[in-house]
Amino acid sequence: MNRLFIDAIGVATTGMPNWAVASEILCGHKPYHPEPLEYCKPALLPPNEKRRSTKLVRLAFRVCEEILTKNPAAAQNTLSVFASSGGDYQIIDQICRVLAEKDRALSPTQFHNSVHNSAAGYWSIATQSTLPSTSLSGHDLTFAAGLLEAATMAIEAEQPVLLATYDTELPEPLLKKRNIAFPFAVALLLAPKKSEDTIAGITIQRCHQLIETKCVNPDIELLRTGNPAARALPLLERIAMRENSTVILSAPGDAALKLEIEH
Amino acid sequence: MKPLAISCYSISTALGTGLAENLRALQREKSGLMPCDFFDISDLNTWVGEVNGLEQIKLPKSLQKFTCRNNQLALLGLEQDDFLIKCRMAIKKYGSSRIGIFIGTSTSGILQTEKAYLESVNLTNLPDWYHYSETQNIYSVAEFVRLCIGAQGPCTAISTACSSSAKVFASAQRAILAGLCDAAVVGGVDSLCLTTLYGFHSLQLISDDICRPADINRKGLSMGEAAGFALLEPFDQESEHLLLGYGESSDAYHMSSPHPEGHGAFSAMKNALQRAELDSGDIDYINLHGTATHINDLSESRAIDRLFGSDTPCSSTKGWTGHTLGAAGIVEMAFSLLCIKNGFIPLSINTQKIDPEIQINIVMKSYAKPVRKVLSNSFGFGGSNCSLIFGSRP
Repeated sequence: MNRLFIDAIGVATTGMPNWAVASEILCGHKPYHPEPLEYCKPALLPPNEKRRSTKLVRLAFRVCEEILTKNPAAAQNTLSVFASSGGDYQIIDQICRVLAEKDRALSPTQFHNSVHNSAAGYWSIATQSTLPSTSLSGHDLTFAAGLLEAATMAIEAEQPVLLATYDTELPEPLLKKRNIAFPFAVALLLAPKKSEDTIAGITIQRCHQLIETKCVNPDIELLRTGNPAARALPLLERIAMRENSTVILSAPGDAALKLEIEH
Repeated sequence: MKPLAISCYSISTALGTGLAENLRALQREKSGLMPCDFFDISDLNTWVGEVNGLEQIKLPKSLQKFTCRNNQLALLGLEQDDFLIKCRMAIKKYGSSRIGIFIGTSTSGILQTEKAYLESVNLTNLPDWYHYSETQNIYSVAEFVRLCIGAQGPCTAISTACSSSAKVFASAQRAILAGLCDAAVVGGVDSLCLTTLYGFHSLQLISDDICRPADINRKGLSMGEAAGFALLEPFDQESEHLLLGYGESSDAYHMSSPHPEGHGAFSAMKNALQRAELDSGDIDYINLHGTATHINDLSESRAIDRLFGSDTPCSSTKGWTGHTLGAAGIVEMAFSLLCIKNGFIPLSINTQKIDPEIQINIVMKSYAKPVRKVLSNSFGFGGSNCSLIFGSRP
């Protein structure tokens, strides 16, 4: 596929509250301490929507808003892809608990928050952007699926695309069936043309299964397979190190993505 | 855009399994909706479009863990109209890694999770038979379809509520354009579950009467379930049915209510016309989103009136199938192609008296007419809109 450009990055997970802190850790300048993420209110949501938003929506907003602080224009001129493996686990749990009760009295807010595209809906309301947006899942390989969707969108539309990938920890009893124990979110602003904001160039090639690239830092490598969104970490690490390099990501369809990163 | 050929397609709905049964029901004007007796529900007075016998469908031995109503429905759908055979021929032609899979669903196998919670005592441990990843996860149905077909191209589950299986056409077109794959299987599968029945009920959007799109007395939607698939290939002179264009937009207005003037719907339709390089006058028939909720039908009709005026024949087919949510886009693609192939325009079934506020041409009696180009609308929660344009060979 054509070369694309990463113009901004947002990150939020245990011990890495934003890209500024994450890039220092990922390039080896600072040690990694797994401190819990502090509560963060979405700044852009109108009060009604803010009240109704969930932990998952707030996590997605956190990294999308980080992109906007660096590229305010991205609120208006970008298409978007919201990629989440399982969507809103807390809401699914709450709904299934209510449905197991006798009167099955779901709340309307719970129900509208249960759609997989909830974060995309809130984001379009917050930014007042009417441009196309897609929401998807590729299970453990959701980041790779989202990256392909965002890349093809940027190529077809010849416009920048915001890719947000995020999953929260699961509540019990679901946690025993799907082990994601910490939140992770990453947002990339992918542009079809190089600009003064460009952090790195990226060329994506889909190929047969290859051995996945692991993280250099063993503490970070522990995070990589613990949350589907954290599969972005080897890419983020190479960007933080400012090295031209190749990253292999497993992708849906018994395949891999070969990412050539250029600085 | 360069059109894509729809070389094979099939749907299974409350009207029947496969194209022939669905066409027969459309032509005989027989709705598939029945008073709800789904699962253990006794406190919801509503109508549903249920596909019978799904629990008896056996999944292949190697895919047993995927067993849930949604994947049983997916398999039923794949097995109609020689669809699996045609996919295997496409794999021979293009190679397995060159066939992409794009499947829309809104709730995937959530009924399985609902059952697991119902069975679990104290909700500390879910039963052993419950497999989250293969049933409840949104991606489960896409992976299941991929494994049934044996494709190894890019595979994604698109989940944008009720526009999911319309947006799969956009994702597939982009993937083919970017060279990620040569052909694609697109589809949509959504099955009845408690979450959507009680959820729409909580929003007071579900009708206790049968769904009556555009009717003055419409009271909301009837839920349905369906599976549908299409094989998209590069256009050639032999191609009978085509995807001519698509348009996507976001409402940026409300999480569960469309923009009252239909701004998002308008720009999705306009964008689809632009991509197809067509004018509004080129469209012979509009298959409406037409859920029969008060606000949807009004907002959609305002957008159509502004873009097409009041002549273009329009009807919703949700009175036949119920609202099949994430499968609605692909079901209504099949209805659009059946209208093109058989030269007729279906009525808005169950509609008795048109709401005078709805100024567009709602078809009250089916009629024969050559149909060359159809626009089909799908709009979802979160303000996710997608319009598709289908056509016959030029």
